[in-house]
Amino acid sequence: MKKAVLATEDGNVFEGRAVGAEGESTGELVFNTSMTGYQEILTDPSYAGQIVTMTYTQIGNYGCNEEDVESRKPFVAGFVMRECCLEPSNFRATMSLPEYLRKHNVVAIDGVDTRRITTHLRTKGAMKSIISTIDFDHDSLIRKAKASPDMAGSDWVKHVSVREAYDYAPPSEKKYKVVAMDYGIKLNILRLLREAGCDVSVLPATAGPEEVLKYHPDGVFLSNGPGDPAALPYIYPVVQALIEKRIPIFGICLGHQILGHALGGTTYKLKFGHRGGNQPVMQNAPGRVEITAQNHGFAVDSDSLDHSKIRVSHTHLNDKTVSGMEHKELPIFSVQYHPEASPGPHDSRYLFAKFTQMMDENKAKQPR
Amino acid sequence: MPKRTDIKKILLIGSGPIVIGQACEFDYSGTQACKALREEGYEVVLVNSNPATIMTDPDTAERVYIEPLTVEFLERIIARERPQALLPTVGGQTGLNLAVALAEAGILDKYGVELIGAKLDAIKMAEDRGLFKQAMIRCGLDVPRSQVVHSIEEAREFGAEINYAAVIRPAFTLGGTGAGVSFNIEEYVKAVQRGIDASPVNEVLIEESVIGWKEYELEVMRDLRDNVVIICSIENVDPMGIHTGDSITVAPAQTLTDKEYQVMRDASIAIMREIGVDTGGSNVQFATHPETGRMVAIEMNPRVSRSSALASKATGFPIAKIAAKLAVGYTLDEIPNDITKVTPASFEPTIDYVVTKIPRWAFEKFPGSEPFLTVQMKSVGETMSIGRTFKESLQKAIRGLEIGRHGFGGDGKHKPLTGSADSPQEKEALLKAIRMANPDRVLQMAQALRLGATEQEICEATKIDPWFVRQMRDIVEEERALRLADPEDAAVLRRAKQLGFSDHQLGLLWGKTALEVRALRKRHGVVARYRLVDTCASEFEAYTPYYYSSYEDEDEVKPAAKPRIVILGGGPNRIGQGIEFDYCCVHAAFALKEDGFETIMVNCNPETVSTDYDTSDRLFFEPVTFEDVMNIVENVKPAGVIVQFGGQTPLNLAKQLEAAGAPIIGTTPDSIDRAEDRKRFRDVVEKLNLLQPANDTATSFAEASEIAEKIGYPVVVRPSFVLGGRAMEIVYSREDLQRYMEFAVEASPERPILIDKFLENAIEMDVDAIADGETIVVAGIMQHIEEAGVHSGDSACILPPYDLDPAIIERIKEQTRALARELNVVGLMNIQYAIRDQDIYLLEVNPRASRTIPFVSKAIGVPLAKLASRVMAGKKLKELGFTEDPHPNFTSAKEVVLPFLKFPGVDILLGPEMRSTGEVMGIDRNMGLAFAKSQAAAGNSMPAEGMIFISLNDRDKAHVDSLAKDLAELGFTFMATKGTAALLRSQGIAVQEVFKVGEGRPNIVDRMINGEVDWIINTPLGIRSKADERAIRRTALERGLPTMTTLAAAKAGVQALLAMRNGEPEILTLQEHHASLGK
Repeated sequence: MKKAVLATEDGNVFEGRAVGAEGESTGELVFNTSMTGYQEILTDPSYAGQIVTMTYTQIGNYGCNEEDVESRKPFVAGFVMRECCLEPSNFRATMSLPEYLRKHNVVAIDGVDTRRITTHLRTKGAMKSIISTIDFDHDSLIRKAKASPDMAGSDWVKHVSVREAYDYAPPSEKKYKVVAMDYGIKLNILRLLREAGCDVSVLPATAGPEEVLKYHPDGVFLSNGPGDPAALPYIYPVVQALIEKRIPIFGICLGHQILGHALGGTTYKLKFGHRGGNQPVMQNAPGRVEITAQNHGFAVDSDSLDHSKIRVSHTHLNDKTVSGMEHKELPIFSVQYHPEASPGPHDSRYLFAKFTQMMDENKAKQPR
Repeated sequence: MPKRTDIKKILLIGSGPIVIGQACEFDYSGTQACKALREEGYEVVLVNSNPATIMTDPDTAERVYIEPLTVEFLERIIARERPQALLPTVGGQTGLNLAVALAEAGILDKYGVELIGAKLDAIKMAEDRGLFKQAMIRCGLDVPRSQVVHSIEEAREFGAEINYAAVIRPAFTLGGTGAGVSFNIEEYVKAVQRGIDASPVNEVLIEESVIGWKEYELEVMRDLRDNVVIICSIENVDPMGIHTGDSITVAPAQTLTDKEYQVMRDASIAIMREIGVDTGGSNVQFATHPETGRMVAIEMNPRVSRSSALASKATGFPIAKIAAKLAVGYTLDEIPNDITKVTPASFEPTIDYVVTKIPRWAFEKFPGSEPFLTVQMKSVGETMSIGRTFKESLQKAIRGLEIGRHGFGGDGKHKPLTGSADSPQEKEALLKAIRMANPDRVLQMAQALRLGATEQEICEATKIDPWFVRQMRDIVEEERALRLADPEDAAVLRRAKQLGFSDHQLGLLWGKTALEVRALRKRHGVVARYRLVDTCASEFEAYTPYYYSSYEDEDEVKPAAKPRIVILGGGPNRIGQGIEFDYCCVHAAFALKEDGFETIMVNCNPETVSTDYDTSDRLFFEPVTFEDVMNIVENVKPAGVIVQFGGQTPLNLAKQLEAAGAPIIGTTPDSIDRAEDRKRFRDVVEKLNLLQPANDTATSFAEASEIAEKIGYPVVVRPSFVLGGRAMEIVYSREDLQRYMEFAVEASPERPILIDKFLENAIEMDVDAIADGETIVVAGIMQHIEEAGVHSGDSACILPPYDLDPAIIERIKEQTRALARELNVVGLMNIQYAIRDQDIYLLEVNPRASRTIPFVSKAIGVPLAKLASRVMAGKKLKELGFTEDPHPNFTSAKEVVLPFLKFPGVDILLGPEMRSTGEVMGIDRNMGLAFAKSQAAAGNSMPAEGMIFISLNDRDKAHVDSLAKDLAELGFTFMATKGTAALLRSQGIAVQEVFKVGEGRPNIVDRMINGEVDWIINTPLGIRSKADERAIRRTALERGLPTMTTLAAAKAGVQALLAMRNGEPEILTLQEHHASLGK
């Protein structure tokens, strides 16, 4: 059994078994309470720069496969489990989780008290940490964790976004032209946009408004992604320009936060964020609860929004943070959570239909 | 949405007596619902016939009716109470069926009672197989191919289509009664016929067999705004083909990817909406093909269920409580999550541990039944365990089962199927045995793995998912590694404990005793640490202290503010130890909480009220074994530990706990031992100059025969090493004795046979008393209907005694007091006496809470278990105001229910071995009416007129007295076979003579099938009764014909019929009955 050690910047050290790649990796230590969907979590670019602790204790049971991926590769900085399954059982499994982690060079540890880690993060907040399979010296590890970059103020988008624009496989019937800004987009968003009849072109995060407009989009999608939304001032003007053009805009997660900034609002860091597939959100009108998948460490500050123009459409029921907003006049809306799920519940899929409906209405207003 | 204000009074119907498939879980759900509705200011009218429930406590609902759960009684209650609403979804299948019957009879409309939670149409759509299937197809879900039939003819064609590989399920029955599977045409026809007979509407669903597929359940909740959440997913370790109540199950689902899980979640939500369950919890079952992933919907229960109780305990989310609040109009987001306080109930619990449930069976009580598990549920109880991993959880669950095993095998307790426990033949025998699901299968798998069976071999034989089998294989491999590891290494110890190994198993590996391993662990600081069940995997701070053990870094038990009392529960339900003991534990928690103690409950039965985290200040969901209990005692350092209330389970731990330093309160373990140890008890009897039936012990047949001759036949024989009447028999002759010694038990000097004089035709009495060291109160004296020889747990009884000389009663009281004094009883004591002529014989003394405590408490209007717990904690009965023996002015009857219908081929006789699963109570102004109610409540209503088939054994013929004459005067006519017919004619009573089976046709069974017989009075010869008698009783059972198998019960029946002629049964609340006391 190979050893691995997890250390946090505030001096907690957990010794366990190495179940991923050799080496060491630093990142912001967070926890996710989903009981299923680890492969989707690993490959969600929003986790770039983060070491994810799974609160459920048996991870890897159904192995990994080629389909359940949310991007081209895993993005987590490290993976922490109570017990990682070495021999999976599922009719779709093609490899075990440790094989997958090693193949994609993800450092991972199991055999640690994940509940204690979670309680610690809940109390003290997400913090910088390190997993190592090569250095077992506690003090050295703590020093390295402290020296690693802060999540707040970091632009992680530039590490995960595509370099070149590309067209996603089109639907059989192209009803809408959509440009998706890739801040770390999950594949399932693209799959659902296609299912809704959208012909999607994916643009790098650095693309300017002209590049977007070149596609004559019926709508623009602002994707999810990692890091601090306040560290992306180069993106806000792009979005502002699109808003001025009255193009329908739909934002998810980081896209929602960026939209918040573009609309003149601000964001702040949550103590330990929301990460899981059981998060209750109130759709404020008509007053229905959605169980949602969430994965974010920052939130839009409701007080910073111009409420004469912007309505908070969704509220997180656990802590009353902003979970969604829409513009009162313009065809713009966004949610903090993940209606594309994957992993997570499908309660919020109606938002994709809302986006296409918005594009329909907008097209009707401005016939080309 | 705010709660409804147009409703003031709500009727709840309980689930009646405990039967297989319907147990304490409905006391748990009903009690929660009552509490939740009263919290909201509604007046609750509760009806249930089961006195052993917390829900029928006068404190649980404003108006409690302990009355038979029949349409007639319910109509009278509705007419008297005029509730605006009926919540049909918390009383199990019984409550739901009764609500449907009331609706269909027009009674709910007549009195303007609204069904809340689930409307009639929704209930019918979910319950009716055909409608359910159509609904599934409407919402686009796949279902097994199936057909609804009402006759064999209809079934034939479809059978051919699916190659006779079918599951047959009757409509509207409990726990799969009458269900079956078939693999060939012969089995198919038989199973279809049985199903048609079992269904009250003669309807069965025949389904394409999905046996061997993976089985999943989702617990779903919905509110009036159509918000739907999933509370818990459950994966069955045992695949399709084994009733989920008989399956080992695990939460959460282990082998579903998120993609597959979300499809299942979407399907559950769609089903909930399509069926139209307005509010509350439902259970949806799915099967998935292990290789293709094809998912089919199997069934849904539009009500809280055994699985929802399990899900509530597994997650900390109180489904029944929330369901009740949703039924009166609240939405999920308006109800706070008790555990976190800051978050709403509109979320999906996430857990960070693994829950394992293992059922417990009682096949040994039903000789003649085959111990195989099928689609018809046969388990009588279950245990649940919580561990951080499946391995830990599985080992704990096996400990919690209390079948004498200490984990996943490796405990030196494997009983070999062949000559040797570890031969290659044994492995082959085990691999063969596990092909059929059976109660020992999980441990047979353990031993097979130990003997080198491969994971593939086990999977192939059992169709259990490889993930589970590998986990089991890992336990066995870890065990091998541990054997060679250094026990003095703290890391080794910690790892072993994290894998769930008990000290006993580790001791065996290392050549130490369990106590030595314990000491070793403590020296190395490897002690149990307790984690919280918090619905949210620690995302939020939890306020509800609900714990399980782990061997990790952190202990989450908060320091005590008050002195602590630990109450040990009874573990899984079994025959002889069930809800009655849970009732006592719950009362102890309530009373001691009120008195300023911090109460700590330890139990591992997920069905119960005791394991509701609201019941005590702290709940430790742990096996009730010495190791697990002592770990808790050392952590919480209580002022007292109560072992008296949880039945035999905690009592058996008393001495060991005391020796380890646990502060046992109440009657001392030594006093308990004086009552339980045969020799020591004989000294007590002699000292007090009391009378015991002559008795002795024998170690061989020769010795036994000699003793039996000396004390005179008949004698009661039983092995000394088993409890609860196991293998106990009444023996009338030397030949009988020889057969018993040869076939039933093996006697040896280590395992002697106990022989007691059997007192024929003696009246048996049950007495419950309470004592505090100064005052002794004889709280209840019950006269059994059945004579001595029928296990007290299987007898009907009447409180107060109905035809006993007052002088005898006085002497019984004196003897009871003398015994309480001699044994220094502090708390409760139960004594069984037999009265013959003027002699009082002492049969048994148990210085602990008895099965009858809830019944007596309700019959005298005094909460005995509460008083007893206060006495144990130091109060005096004088302070508590209970010093006089009560004399209630109404009569209470207790009757039992027996599970014979579930065990085809078993004779339905009563005997010295207890076999009932539950009980009912009838209360009225006299014995006859109370007894009549108890019979109606037990589903054995006596007809008011008609044809009685009467058949008495020769011993009873001598005691028939005026039975037949009385019945003739009441207008009944008689049918009898030769012998009994002659007897009746000699008394001048007209009788139709009928053939016995084998004498000619039509015989008695033909007549019964033709519907010519209304009532059976058949007293058998004993264990060897003839095949034809058996056929009569089985036919009666299967056709639901009222049957009495003892003369005493028949005589009581006459009294009941006479009383009914003279007046209607009274309908009063328990509160009204109690208010009449002392007036």
